[in-house]
Amino acid sequence: MKNKHWAIILATLIMMLVISGCKKKTPPPPPPPPPKAPTATLSADPTSIQPGQSATLTWSTENADDVTLDGNKVNTSGSQSVSPTQTTTYHLTAKGPGGSQDATAQVSVAQPTPTPTPAPTPPPLTDQQVFEQAAQDIYFDFDKADLRPDSTQVLAKIAEVMKAHPNWKVQIEGNCDSRGSTEYNLALGERRAGSARQQLIQDGVSQDALKTISYGKEKPVCTQENEDCWQKNRHDHFTLVQ
Amino acid sequence: MLNKIRLHFILLFIPLVFSFTSATAQDQIKTGTNMGAPLVLAVPDFKQANADPGNAPLISVFNDTLWYDLDNAGLFTMVAKSFYPSKMPGFPNEVTLNTWGNAPINAAMLAFGNLGVSGGKVNVQGWLYDTKNPQYPQVLGKQYQETASVENSRHIAHEFANEIILKLGGIPGPTETKIYFISNRTGHKEVWSMDWDGANQQQVTHVGGIALSPRVSPDNSRVAFSELGRDSWQIRMYSLDLGKMVSFPHFGGGNYSPAWSSDGTKIAFSSSMGTGSSEIFIADASGAGPRRLTTGKADISPVFNPRTNAQIAFVSGRTGLPQIYTMDSDGSNVQRMTDQGYAVSPAWSPNGLLLAFSWVRHYGPGIPGGADLYLMDIASRQIVQLTHDGGRNDFPSWSPDGRHIVFESTRSGTEQIWSVLADGTHLQQLTRTGRNTQPNWSSR
Repeated sequence: MKNKHWAIILATLIMMLVISGCKKKTPPPPPPPPPKAPTATLSADPTSIQPGQSATLTWSTENADDVTLDGNKVNTSGSQSVSPTQTTTYHLTAKGPGGSQDATAQVSVAQPTPTPTPAPTPPPLTDQQVFEQAAQDIYFDFDKADLRPDSTQVLAKIAEVMKAHPNWKVQIEGNCDSRGSTEYNLALGERRAGSARQQLIQDGVSQDALKTISYGKEKPVCTQENEDCWQKNRHDHFTLVQ
Repeated sequence: MLNKIRLHFILLFIPLVFSFTSATAQDQIKTGTNMGAPLVLAVPDFKQANADPGNAPLISVFNDTLWYDLDNAGLFTMVAKSFYPSKMPGFPNEVTLNTWGNAPINAAMLAFGNLGVSGGKVNVQGWLYDTKNPQYPQVLGKQYQETASVENSRHIAHEFANEIILKLGGIPGPTETKIYFISNRTGHKEVWSMDWDGANQQQVTHVGGIALSPRVSPDNSRVAFSELGRDSWQIRMYSLDLGKMVSFPHFGGGNYSPAWSSDGTKIAFSSSMGTGSSEIFIADASGAGPRRLTTGKADISPVFNPRTNAQIAFVSGRTGLPQIYTMDSDGSNVQRMTDQGYAVSPAWSPNGLLLAFSWVRHYGPGIPGGADLYLMDIASRQIVQLTHDGGRNDFPSWSPDGRHIVFESTRSGTEQIWSVLADGTHLQQLTRTGRNTQPNWSSR
């Protein structure tokens, strides 16, 4: 008996549904309008500064309720002065119910590069420095005044730089090691200086620009009694005298 | 006896035996006469002539100096003082000739005397007795008086020694001569002088830089040397008479190693004036009229033959390592005298017959410079080695009597001046302060 009752109710409901479905349509209630997406603009004026100067950042947003400039909360529009020490890109984020919008602006900072100032350019070399770069000592074999092949290369460099400076006067100083006799070493030092002089003249240097002196063994650069020191003392030294 | 001794020395100087090795034979030669055994000499300390307390320092210096002079004269065998009798003679009447002439003393000659200070003066009496001539024993009797000082006491001893050497050796000895040399003891290389025994060392020049190669003129009035100036080496001249530098011409190039002719009229030297390489030049003693004599390479260290002044010995590197050459004083007749090694610093003996020089016979890289002194008999070119004792031995210079050579040696560790008899004996170190080089013996 109960089952019969339930069936009636169900049938009635189905009928109601069918009836209503066949009824003339009515419009649904309008949905709420979707929130508008935020907008954001950020500009810098000027966009390029010198260190220590400042620039003004100006921004505006719409439809945003949470605006940050480089992470700092700011008004939805406004301006701010900045003094970056180096080129910086500023980042504006505008958030609202409609989403999020970014804007960027760059302020370039001119770096204090050495180029614009003339002071840091290397100063021109003095005559003495130019001379010293070329005029290395040349060395001789035991009791010899003949030029070694490496010495002729050095002398060629000296000749080149001397020809570029025709007003220079150069003194060639012949030296000997400690083993020979005092007087003979003066003559040997004279020959060593003379060998260099001849080569420089051959390389085109004016003989008037050259003078020679022998120091024999009177001006040693070292005083040990071994081959290393003897070799150091068997040399011609060059001095720019004017 | 005296005539006999004198005769030997008229013939030549000291007994000098040359032994040498040649490729063909071992031989022995004699230059100079062999005078036989040297004269035996006894020299007891001089006695104090009075009791003046000022005697002691003066008599001590006197006795040391007299003994050194006679012991190193190259003429005598000295009888050691340990043989002497306890009672020394100070006056002739205190001499017992037999005691000195017989064993164990066996002296042929006896030098004795006394010294006393009085009134600020030092008085010295000295005698030389021939022990074998009892009738007329006195060979010498001398008396000296000077202001009392250690220096004068030393000077009197040198004078008395020289009288004995002259009397027994026939020519004056070196005891009153000077040796000029270079010393760095002030921090600069300056010319210094000293007595022949190393006493009385005195600074001569004050160049404040580098002086080298001092050479005293034959009349002892000037010292020529080479000095490194601001931009060149120049021959400089110091007047010993005036005590200051005197003028000498400035030449081009480097000017080194002056040498006097024995008559004092010429100077030879090495110069690179004109040619740029060192050559031997000759000029008047004033420096006027320099003439180039050689066309070699590295020619230096000229020295005149003092006997004739007609020849010059020098060093040249014209064939490589330096060798000794001779030439006539006009530059002709060049002769090479050494044929190997590293030969430098020729010194011509006063009699003109010998060259002393410094030589490393076998020279080369890696061979430590063991230069020794050698003597060459110029006529025969025979060579004898004079030093054997290590170090570098260089710059020989003869005493005017030809019996001694002074030289520079590193045998003690640093360069010092030494003297030696020309027979290689009686080696004496004369300097000890600083480094001392390039000795040059005055010629009187």
